Amino acid sequence: MAEPSLAADAKPWRDAAAKPFIRIKNITKKFGDFTAVDDVSLDIYKGELFCLLGGSGCGKSTLLRMLAGFETPTSGTIEIDGQDVASVAAFNRPTNMMFQSYALFPHMSVEKNVAYGLLREGVPKPEAMVRVADMLRLVKLDGFAKRKPHQLSGGQQQRVALARSLIKQPKLLLLDEPLGALDKKLREETQFELIRIQETLGVTFIVVTHDQEEAMTLSTRIGVMNDGKIVQVGEPPQIYEDPCSKYVADFIGSVNMFEGIVDAGVPDTLRIKSLEAGTELLVEPPQGLKIGQPVSVAIRPERIMLTREKPESPNVVYGEVEEVAYLGNVSTYRVKLENGKTLKVTKSNRLHDEEPIMWDEKVYLSWSKAAGIVLTE
Amino acid sequence: MTTLRSSSPWRLTASGLAKLGLNGRALVIAVPMIWLLVFFLIPFLVVLKISVAEPMIARPPYSPLFIEGQDGWSIKATLGNYAYLFEDSLYINAYLSSIKIAFFSTVFSLLIGYPMAYYIARSPEPKRSLLLILIVLPFWTSFLLRVYAWIGILKGKGVLNAFLLKLGVINEPLIIMQTDIAVYIGIVYTYLPFMILPLYANLVKLDDALLEASADLGAGPISTFFRITIPLSLPGIVAGSMLVFIPAIGEFVIPALLGGPDTLMIGKVLWTEFFSNRDWPVASAVAIAMLVLLVIPIMLLRLAQSKQGDSA
Repeated sequence: MAEPSLAADAKPWRDAAAKPFIRIKNITKKFGDFTAVDDVSLDIYKGELFCLLGGSGCGKSTLLRMLAGFETPTSGTIEIDGQDVASVAAFNRPTNMMFQSYALFPHMSVEKNVAYGLLREGVPKPEAMVRVADMLRLVKLDGFAKRKPHQLSGGQQQRVALARSLIKQPKLLLLDEPLGALDKKLREETQFELIRIQETLGVTFIVVTHDQEEAMTLSTRIGVMNDGKIVQVGEPPQIYEDPCSKYVADFIGSVNMFEGIVDAGVPDTLRIKSLEAGTELLVEPPQGLKIGQPVSVAIRPERIMLTREKPESPNVVYGEVEEVAYLGNVSTYRVKLENGKTLKVTKSNRLHDEEPIMWDEKVYLSWSKAAGIVLTE
Repeated sequence: MTTLRSSSPWRLTASGLAKLGLNGRALVIAVPMIWLLVFFLIPFLVVLKISVAEPMIARPPYSPLFIEGQDGWSIKATLGNYAYLFEDSLYINAYLSSIKIAFFSTVFSLLIGYPMAYYIARSPEPKRSLLLILIVLPFWTSFLLRVYAWIGILKGKGVLNAFLLKLGVINEPLIIMQTDIAVYIGIVYTYLPFMILPLYANLVKLDDALLEASADLGAGPISTFFRITIPLSLPGIVAGSMLVFIPAIGEFVIPALLGGPDTLMIGKVLWTEFFSNRDWPVASAVAIAMLVLLVIPIMLLRLAQSKQGDSA
């Protein structure tokens, strides 16, 4: 059998000619006066592991439920593999869903839960049972076939839910907060397990999550949602390094934000006057900014250097360490600037020889021109 | 602090009771146990005693169980009354007929009650409470009055016949009163809330995600209903059925008022034995036999409930 070509390697979304597998066009969903999903358009490609990321109430679950067929869009169309699914009932769609609550049938054994989809499809029982056994092996649950769901741990139940949603080899698998109920360690293991299964089977995954770390680890691309709208779609590094708005910069990872006004610039450098920083911020100039325009400058905590001596750097500010948190691989600092603003700084702990910077020390904070991300909205 | 508490009157009482092997927990359990003893077990023993006596023209009309003879007390008991229940086919037929009427009434109640309970359980909140109140509302008027009202509806010149004649659906009045049909209508009407309420309590807990999961895996609405909804509501079905079946078997008022001379139910037989024939021992034997008959479904109910407890 040929290796399924992986969207993670092929990156079809970079190719304008590539045909999307799922085409969401101008989808809006209203519940009474409340607009849960607001004019969302999105293309997702075959074999992708796409994450819909956002806070609670941002509309990500509603969008997923419309793909599954549990909610009908107020307007707009959804195409799956070239077929408009608007009039297709949930039980006839080529999608399967893994529910946040797992929704395992409590009166059926693990085996029967997993076989349910196959038997409804009319697969003969002996064949179904062979496939169920294979699937249980894939999710490492062989030996639990006869148990009832309530006899399993959370992690095991989660794997039954995954097995049940994969058994019909759906074209599209929808996962609603799949790892939400697991503890951190199990969650990390399961994340890689999910990627392994996704790559083995070549199924297209759409994952809904509020956990940005989970989205970063899992996905080929992330769609960040806020207030029913998709605010940015991109590969994880792109979303992190080049957020398009303050909301995205703030939601993904942590960030230091300065308000400022665009001042004159020399070639290769833009000056931004910022009262908040107490100085001028020097950044690499993005396109299309006017002098006098208000902007925000976002700087990631790990891009800021902490030193006792004044360094040679385009951006240097001075402050006092208020808090240090040692996290093992990194330490995070909160440094109070002279004008009262507090900055978050992350410092990796790989150097042993250096005397670590501690509480109440006066330090210089510096960052390169490339570290500042200029945001206009 | 410790001495203060240990010397308080409450502590003294509690420690005194504890010496007798009684603590708060035992006392709390004791109250309903004593209630059951006084109001269920003792009357039951009295009836049991009468059922092994012989009828006498006396007051009360049965022979005493304990007889004081020359050589002390002796016990006089007979199983003749129970044997008599088997000798006269009236009793067996009455039992069978009661079971039949109770069974079909239960089935009808389930068929009518399940959709109602399902609808109420799926309704949004303010509407749901209103519907539940409507289900319970008939209990606020006398049961007897409501059965009399049914006579007014079902009788030859009653509301139903007048309505159907007016519509031209029928040419002459339907004879419903004093038939088994009237008894079924009466029982199903009276006990329907007892079917709906436990079913509702069960169905309202049904997780929508399970129904969605079933649809998602390719099961249509009908398949989902029979494979997910029905099996998961089984404890409610059992509880509701028992609550209808058990009182329906012993029902007396409804067959007496709505049924005819041919309607044979054990409650009516019991009444006749007791008040018309004044044969208290046979009436008691009928009652005890009926109790034994009812204990079996109650045991089944208990079994179903303990199973439900397992899976929860």
